[in-house]
Amino acid sequence: MVTWLAMLIGGLYAAGFYLMLRRSLIKIILGLAIFAHGANLMILAAGNPRRVDVDVKIPIVPEGAEQLLQPYADPLPQALVLTAIVIGFGLQAFTLALAKSVYDRMGVDDVDAMRDPDLTEPPTRRDAQELVSHEELDSVAPAALPGTAVGS
Amino acid sequence: MENLLVLPIVIPLVTAGFCLLASRRIRLQRSLSLFGMVALTIATLALFDAVRSEGILVIQAGAWPAPYGITLVADRLSAMMLLLSAIAGLAVTAYAGWSVGERRERFHFYPLLHVLLLGISGSFLTGDLFNLYVCFEVMLMASFVLLCLGGERAQLEGGVKYVILNLISSAIFLTATGLLYGAVGTLNMADLSVRIAQYENREVINSLAMLFLVAFGLKAALFPFAFWLPASYHTPPFAVSAIFAGLLTKVGVYALLRVFTMLFVGDPDFTHTVIGILAAASMVFGALAALSQKDIRRVFAFQIMSTVGFMALGIALGTPLAIAAVVFYLAQDVILKCNLFMLGGVADKLRGSGNLDKLGGFWKTKPFFSILFLISLLTLAGVPPLPGFWPKLALLRSTIETGEGVLVAAVVLAAFLTLFSSIRIWSGGIWRDAPPPDLEPTDLAEREKDARWMMVPAAGLSGLLLAYALAAGPVFDYAEAAADQLLNPQVYVQAVLGEGN
Repeated sequence: MVTWLAMLIGGLYAAGFYLMLRRSLIKIILGLAIFAHGANLMILAAGNPRRVDVDVKIPIVPEGAEQLLQPYADPLPQALVLTAIVIGFGLQAFTLALAKSVYDRMGVDDVDAMRDPDLTEPPTRRDAQELVSHEELDSVAPAALPGTAVGS
Repeated sequence: MENLLVLPIVIPLVTAGFCLLASRRIRLQRSLSLFGMVALTIATLALFDAVRSEGILVIQAGAWPAPYGITLVADRLSAMMLLLSAIAGLAVTAYAGWSVGERRERFHFYPLLHVLLLGISGSFLTGDLFNLYVCFEVMLMASFVLLCLGGERAQLEGGVKYVILNLISSAIFLTATGLLYGAVGTLNMADLSVRIAQYENREVINSLAMLFLVAFGLKAALFPFAFWLPASYHTPPFAVSAIFAGLLTKVGVYALLRVFTMLFVGDPDFTHTVIGILAAASMVFGALAALSQKDIRRVFAFQIMSTVGFMALGIALGTPLAIAAVVFYLAQDVILKCNLFMLGGVADKLRGSGNLDKLGGFWKTKPFFSILFLISLLTLAGVPPLPGFWPKLALLRSTIETGEGVLVAAVVLAAFLTLFSSIRIWSGGIWRDAPPPDLEPTDLAEREKDARWMMVPAAGLSGLLLAYALAAGPVFDYAEAAADQLLNPQVYVQAVLGEGN
């Protein structure tokens, strides 16, 4: 089982890194989420789940006994993973909200098209056609923005 | 006395809660916030004093013995960093009321600031790698929101880069933590220090050390992981930039210092050489890049990168003198970077722009402000007797002792470039005649009034820098004692695990 788990973790890392190399913000965020889940599984693997088998017990004190019977599986990584999952959930919620407000504000999802037009040449990619400048955005009523129209 | 260890975590938490309760009343929030920061400063001062007189303080949460329970530890380095972060927090709270603007204050600026301090204090106090991860995340979450608060276009753009790169760093940190647990079966730092030394497979430990180097290097803004910093630090209000510049990268440096003096010390020929190369590149690149920038905050952002390089070089050298230099460097740099960004904010308030082309003319009209700026710039450049000079001197001396010509050249070049960059800011931003103003005169009177109040905390921090200059001897003695604790982890191990180990 550990071999399969290792391959799964490797697959998640690969998928996460691949998505993070893309230019779409949403894909980067999805990549981060997959990467973080790979890391969570990795910690779980550190607790050596293979050993919960016929002769290795789950870490619960059996009835009538005073303490855990050797050998038992390590419960600590599961506590760590639980914490990491909760933190990861909060962070992903924040990044998605950030992506939404970036799209509302700038009308783009492409990280290259996000650059401040005052500092660099205007982007030439197709996606950048939607790019609206800061001043134009401020003068338009919120309901008329491209981002809110598509996003809601 | 051990119970003091809980206060730097509890005080910001309670203050954040009270500020949230008062969320509609900004004036009340300001006073509550200031009161909380004063209480935090007093508590950390007491802790600092206790650690100095009694040695390492340890508390085991719920009396569960280490390595099974949650351990809080304060040695000399932690106690110093806690005190510095409280002072920086106090200065920024006093500064924020005049500079952040009511709109942002209404959107929970103060509770977020206290949660940020909570995460930072937790990172300095924890004796457990996984809890360090949790405290990092608390700190990061608050910093994400503070950075994006206000939702200006530039903020969101900088925020995206900052958030993504920091999340990658966190995921790498988590991976490294999981693998380390799989290898040695513990995450308590004192226990790790013992078990890693006994672990026979050096390749595994070296790979883990590199993962931690990437994770903490990203947080500390070490070359080549640093590009999120100049892309984001110039976008939020100056108060937010000031607290970030003063504290966030230093938390990364602290983690590097902890890990590479206590845990990964078995194969310094490999690990510490890699850190040395990154440090030298960071010093020179940061100082060079600072010269190419016009925006005052981008100049300082690249200077942060260069400074982190100096500190990482000390970690790489690892001699008692070099580590003492790093501790001294940290002691003055938290105050210095915070102060530079706050003074930049005053200039921005007066002229409506932080661009060096729009500044200037302060020497004739604002001599007090100019002198405050001069103190900080000379400290940045490392001019004696100001406190920037002594750690640089100690670092240069320990680099010469190793006989590595390239590193000596990098230190001298970076120090020279930093001096040049400081002169550029001084002559372009302060000394030369003012360019024609763009602001309305009615607006200007109000800005002058705000700027005067914003200078009060900046003057306090500048006074602290002068105090460092006067007390350089005692500070260096303290730094040497802190380095001694770091380089002899058995004292730390005994304090945490008990006498039997």
